[in-house]
Amino acid sequence: MGDSQYSFSLTTFSPSGKLVQIEHALTAVGSGQTSLGIKAANGVVIATEKKLPSILVDETSVQKIQNLTPNIGVVYSGMGPDFRVLVRKSRKQAEQYHRLYKEPVPVTQLVRETATVMQEFTQSGGVRPFGVSLLVAGYDDKGPQLYQVDPSGSYFSWKASAMGKNVSNAKTFLEKRYTEDMELDDAVHTAILTLKEGFEGQISGKNIEIGIIGNDRKFRVLSPAEVDDYLQEVE
Amino acid sequence: MSIFEYNGSALVAMVGKNCFAIASDRRLGVQLQTIATDFQRIYRIHDKLFIGLSGLATDAQTLYQRLVFRHKLYQLREERDMKPETFASLVSAILYEKRFGPYFCQPVIAGLGEEDKPFICTMDSIGAKELAKDFVVAGTASESLYGACEAMFKPDMEAEELFETISQALLSSVDRDCLSGWGGHVYVVTPTEVKERILKGRMD
Repeated sequence: MGDSQYSFSLTTFSPSGKLVQIEHALTAVGSGQTSLGIKAANGVVIATEKKLPSILVDETSVQKIQNLTPNIGVVYSGMGPDFRVLVRKSRKQAEQYHRLYKEPVPVTQLVRETATVMQEFTQSGGVRPFGVSLLVAGYDDKGPQLYQVDPSGSYFSWKASAMGKNVSNAKTFLEKRYTEDMELDDAVHTAILTLKEGFEGQISGKNIEIGIIGNDRKFRVLSPAEVDDYLQEVE
Repeated sequence: MSIFEYNGSALVAMVGKNCFAIASDRRLGVQLQTIATDFQRIYRIHDKLFIGLSGLATDAQTLYQRLVFRHKLYQLREERDMKPETFASLVSAILYEKRFGPYFCQPVIAGLGEEDKPFICTMDSIGAKELAKDFVVAGTASESLYGACEAMFKPDMEAEELFETISQALLSSVDRDCLSGWGGHVYVVTPTEVKERILKGRMD
């Protein structure tokens, strides 16, 4: 196909109207570990698989779900190091907003600014797009919100979404299970069941990570013990 | 003569019961000469947020233009009006940007915040915020204004009584200041309406 001739420069369109590097970035995301998010009536939950390359890795040192602000958290599928860079930039933007307005940044504003950063890396010289898609979960004056941000810089608000390896099965499962008036606890159970669908091996508090935010507007990552409790409730 | 006294000004804002009032004089002078008697010092940012700018008139006008610019962009991005507290933080940040070459202005900010709670504050020319629960003053007549407001202010006044009080405080204070006066301009803002009134005082 003519596309492959245009895959060298990410800032050049291919004849089919695509930016091939972004397509490749999405492939990188699609082969990353599954992550998902569900927006409940009174909060948001995000979760991801945490498959480590060897049993010798200290799992307590790896944290895939991160806070951007006290009331906004984020998870990713794709390349971990790219995620770290984006988290750092987003945290700085959130703090700059706060320094100017002395107000916590609204979720939509932070998502838009992060997406702008990702877009800049698709239209600058000498850089490549980020190889991650983000799921941003937050709670502000507009209520609970869940956004997905792609390597191209486009962002979407979701009621429930999944990314990574098992995305199509996970999304089908979520479509069946999602209800508008779900409570946060139900959403956590649904998230666990969705992860379980495509999970290879024995699921436990040590190989998945769950982050929640409720009416208290404080985003936090559940400890492995809490995750195990939820897992038992689901069995 | 200090740069802050070049044009002359008087500003006061007061808190009432679920309402606020903000008032200014109308004189624009160039040192001792009066060149305008209808100068606008109080600007509307949105229906529940007003800012008065005392001090050098050119800086007041430019600062107002910059603030309106920032607020309009904020409204477009965030699809909502700025809260008074947020606006005050923004003004403070903008003034401090010019820390070593400041705007020669002293702003007075008044608005209705969350659940229409009245908010007033003032700051110096480099952005030091001063919040108050009762009244704030600024301008060449500020010392007289402090005295008049302290004497006349009562908490929880209704809109009409607040208008009378702020008008009396303003007029009596500018009479003791040669650089401000030529009438008054008073805005009384409640959750439902904005009443703008012109006062006729000693026209000197």
